[in-house]
Amino acid sequence: MKTLNTATETQRHRRIQTLLLCVSVSLWLCFGLALADERRSGRDTMSPALRTLQADDAQHPAQLALALGKEQWSAGAKSCASCHGEPEKVRGAATRYPAWDQGLVDLPGRIQRCRVRHQQLPAWAPEAEPLLALTALVARQSRGLPLQPPQGPELDAAAQRGQQLYTNRIGALNLSCDQCHDERAGLRLGGSLIPQAHVDDYPVYRLEWQSLGSLQRRLRGCLSGVRATAWGWDSAELLALETYLARRSAGMPMQPPGVRP
Amino acid sequence: MATRAVITLPEAIKAGEAFEVRATVAHAMETGYRSGDDGARLARDLVRRFECRLDGEFVFAADLYAAISANPYLAFWMRADKAGELSFVWRGDNGFEHRETRLLVLT
Repeated sequence: MKTLNTATETQRHRRIQTLLLCVSVSLWLCFGLALADERRSGRDTMSPALRTLQADDAQHPAQLALALGKEQWSAGAKSCASCHGEPEKVRGAATRYPAWDQGLVDLPGRIQRCRVRHQQLPAWAPEAEPLLALTALVARQSRGLPLQPPQGPELDAAAQRGQQLYTNRIGALNLSCDQCHDERAGLRLGGSLIPQAHVDDYPVYRLEWQSLGSLQRRLRGCLSGVRATAWGWDSAELLALETYLARRSAGMPMQPPGVRP
Repeated sequence: MATRAVITLPEAIKAGEAFEVRATVAHAMETGYRSGDDGARLARDLVRRFECRLDGEFVFAADLYAAISANPYLAFWMRADKAGELSFVWRGDNGFEHRETRLLVLT
């Protein structure tokens, strides 16, 4: 009698074990789905018309800028082409910004440095047409590649600072970046969809601007939107925020230059 | 700065078959109705006329006015029975003129 009891008990134990296994497996599946990448590029949440505009090179509003960029690339006695060769050679370069090179530097900043140090020419004004054109040309070569912002102690510190800025309430409207772009992403502000604020398509041709613009211009636009004092061009704050945002979008494939409403 | 234009033709064009030509030129298209940061009126500066010819034969033309955006973009359809040279010209205020030519190869 006793042996029979033990046998049924062992059976019951086994059944419970199998049940527990099933439950834990399904729980892990649920977690796995929840942890799947929920990041969505701004280009995937735009209207179909705008997506077509960005995807079709023959209609892309930045095509004239790209033509100017190509002109600039090989202009002058010591041009970009003299050191870097064809623009296609810099494929992948745009995925690795902002970088640390005796200070934080983003892609337009790097082009400016090249111009001043190696071409011995005066730096362009921020958002100058040829600067944006060259930035777009260089960024375009990295189409389809994932963002791979570099690591390093200085960059880690900058990213940390950037994250603080991202979550810090500012301006007369007392809003932080994350309140819109994390908590309310996908909802609407007025008639416009709030995107997740990914930086995979910069520089972008913004229809509202009727021109190309850099990430810094976009960020300064948001700052004035929340009625805060806009940080200066290439300020430590903007570069730190750019560093954080690049890490936030790390791994997402780039499609620059983008088109945005 | 040199003037710039971008012209897009289909990769393969068949004789006698309609195809789309897209052309855009870099131009501010300043209307003459806006004022600058200093309050002074910005002088009008428009592209007035666009023409496209195939070996001198008239294909398409457009008159442009103040309500047309900067970097005017024109798309039109045409048909060609023989290969030739497509020439494009944009003319405007202040002596603006930009010319482009494209070899039309039929398959």
